[in-house]
Amino acid sequence: MLKYLVGRIAGILPVLLVISVFVFGFVHLLPGDPARLVAGPDATQRDVELVRQDLGLDQPLWVQYGRFLGNAVQGEFGRSMKSKRPVSQEIGERFMPTLYLTVVAMVWATLAGLLIGVASATRRGRWQDHVGMVVAVSGIAFPSFWLGLLMIDLFSVKLGWLPTSGYGTWQHYVMPSLTLGLGVAAVMARFTRSAFIEIAREDYVRTARAKGVPARLVVWKHTLRNALIPIITMVGLQFGFLLGGSIVVETVFSWPGLGRLLVDSVNYRDYTVIQAEILLFSLEFIIINLLVDVLYALANPEIRYS
Amino acid sequence: MTTTDATGVAAAATHEAVRSPLREFWRKFRRNRTAMAAGFCLLALVLAAAAAPWIAPFDPAAFDYDRILEGPSAGHWAGTDAYGRDILSRILWGARISLSVGLLSVLLGGGAGVALGLIAGFRGGWIDSLIMRVCDVLLAFPGILLAIGIVAVLGPGVENVIYGVAIFSVPVFARLVRGSTLSLKRAVYVDAARAIGVRDRLLMVRHILPGTLPSVIVYVSMRIGTSILTAASLSFIGLGAQPPSPEWGAMLADGRSYIGVASHVTFYPGLAIFLTVLAFNLLGDGLRDALDPKLR
Repeated sequence: MLKYLVGRIAGILPVLLVISVFVFGFVHLLPGDPARLVAGPDATQRDVELVRQDLGLDQPLWVQYGRFLGNAVQGEFGRSMKSKRPVSQEIGERFMPTLYLTVVAMVWATLAGLLIGVASATRRGRWQDHVGMVVAVSGIAFPSFWLGLLMIDLFSVKLGWLPTSGYGTWQHYVMPSLTLGLGVAAVMARFTRSAFIEIAREDYVRTARAKGVPARLVVWKHTLRNALIPIITMVGLQFGFLLGGSIVVETVFSWPGLGRLLVDSVNYRDYTVIQAEILLFSLEFIIINLLVDVLYALANPEIRYS
Repeated sequence: MTTTDATGVAAAATHEAVRSPLREFWRKFRRNRTAMAAGFCLLALVLAAAAAPWIAPFDPAAFDYDRILEGPSAGHWAGTDAYGRDILSRILWGARISLSVGLLSVLLGGGAGVALGLIAGFRGGWIDSLIMRVCDVLLAFPGILLAIGIVAVLGPGVENVIYGVAIFSVPVFARLVRGSTLSLKRAVYVDAARAIGVRDRLLMVRHILPGTLPSVIVYVSMRIGTSILTAASLSFIGLGAQPPSPEWGAMLADGRSYIGVASHVTFYPGLAIFLTVLAFNLLGDGLRDALDPKLR
């Protein structure tokens, strides 16, 4: 297991390096002179030169890249062009709200997806199955921002039950997490259904049924437990989807998280923040993938030793 | 008598065997009522989008300050927005943008992905490793993040959204086509073609590419739905089509300030996105079942 783990961690280093080159190259691909962007539109030529030296933009590219990488490893990304505060501080404040939102969405979506999936699979071809799959197929196609606006209209404006935006109490979580999780719940429902149907065909399930194990136990113990392995992988993959989805949902509900920060910084062209955010998002996604692989290897010894 | 019977059976069998794949596909696809309905809806939408200049009841950009934020009525079936513009007309014109963004981005990204997958699978070796590692890195990004990165570099706008959304279709198609190329490469008819001296390039384009097409077509339909949704999301958060464009996502962004006062301003464009994406996904499911059940 340790060997497998070391191998997998070593495997993500090249990917991280490639991403860091992209992110570093990003600022140099931008139209215009980064030094002028930082110095501002009113700066004199002399100011611009000073900023250039200050940022090390007069050095050869590889020196700049080395410095960028060294700083990035220490979590140092310079200052935001908009707020003039350290990027690490800006991002630090926004990190937890996004994490909480993503986790709440993931938890309800996974549970709902599992329930709908199992209900559909065990009642294949009956109305429960049809309803479940109609919900799943629609959920995948539903634009999250439209759902968010529909819910604001109903629950905040018409009924006055929930706050339209903001962050703090549990009421603030209800609509954003429902909006964010819908797509995932739909994907999980479809996936659970097919994984479940596949496992239900296995010999040991038939044996359990034949020797008189109660139907409920066959479903939850024999079948679902084995279907969980592919489902874990799917949960991991969906986390990346949620990170992407949080960008849109945070915009709808003015949630003070990383997604909205990213949109604001792209609109403001706050390149230092964009750089750090893209790196952070990629890192999160890679770590989640790694965790999924490790869980998967724990559940299935064949992978560990191959 | 027996001999003629046998020939008759043999002839019938041959006839069965040579029934064209297209007809075979149609026979299966036609029975899938959901997919057929989705296909007809999309056909109607494409026609409506193409005919928008003639069938749209109003000019999509014309202000009418006497009819601001009016709900649906006989004159304005989907109501009017904050400038008194007719929402139905804007949705019809917006369909042109959404459909072309979806189609172009998938054709662009899919084309590049198919070419890369074909080369990777056919050549193997270091080219294969290089292409597949780059695809892994691209797949490591959530699609919308990649698109935002591209838009951040190139600037907001519909055209740049097409590139941003296209890029994240590339690795999907590259993987798919590489997989089928690897198996088709070993097919007897490819060996035979190589034996009679067919050049590599022709072998790829004429003999292997057609074999990968069924699964590519299925993916195209599914990706168009996803791409339309991503493009609309980008417009909604202000990075895609800019107002006053009647792009659907941008219309929702425009109307969000009037939630509760005039909810129809966001309702109809949202419905349009949902139904279009749904139709593409259902069509894709049907195509998959009829063309390539393996993909299930």
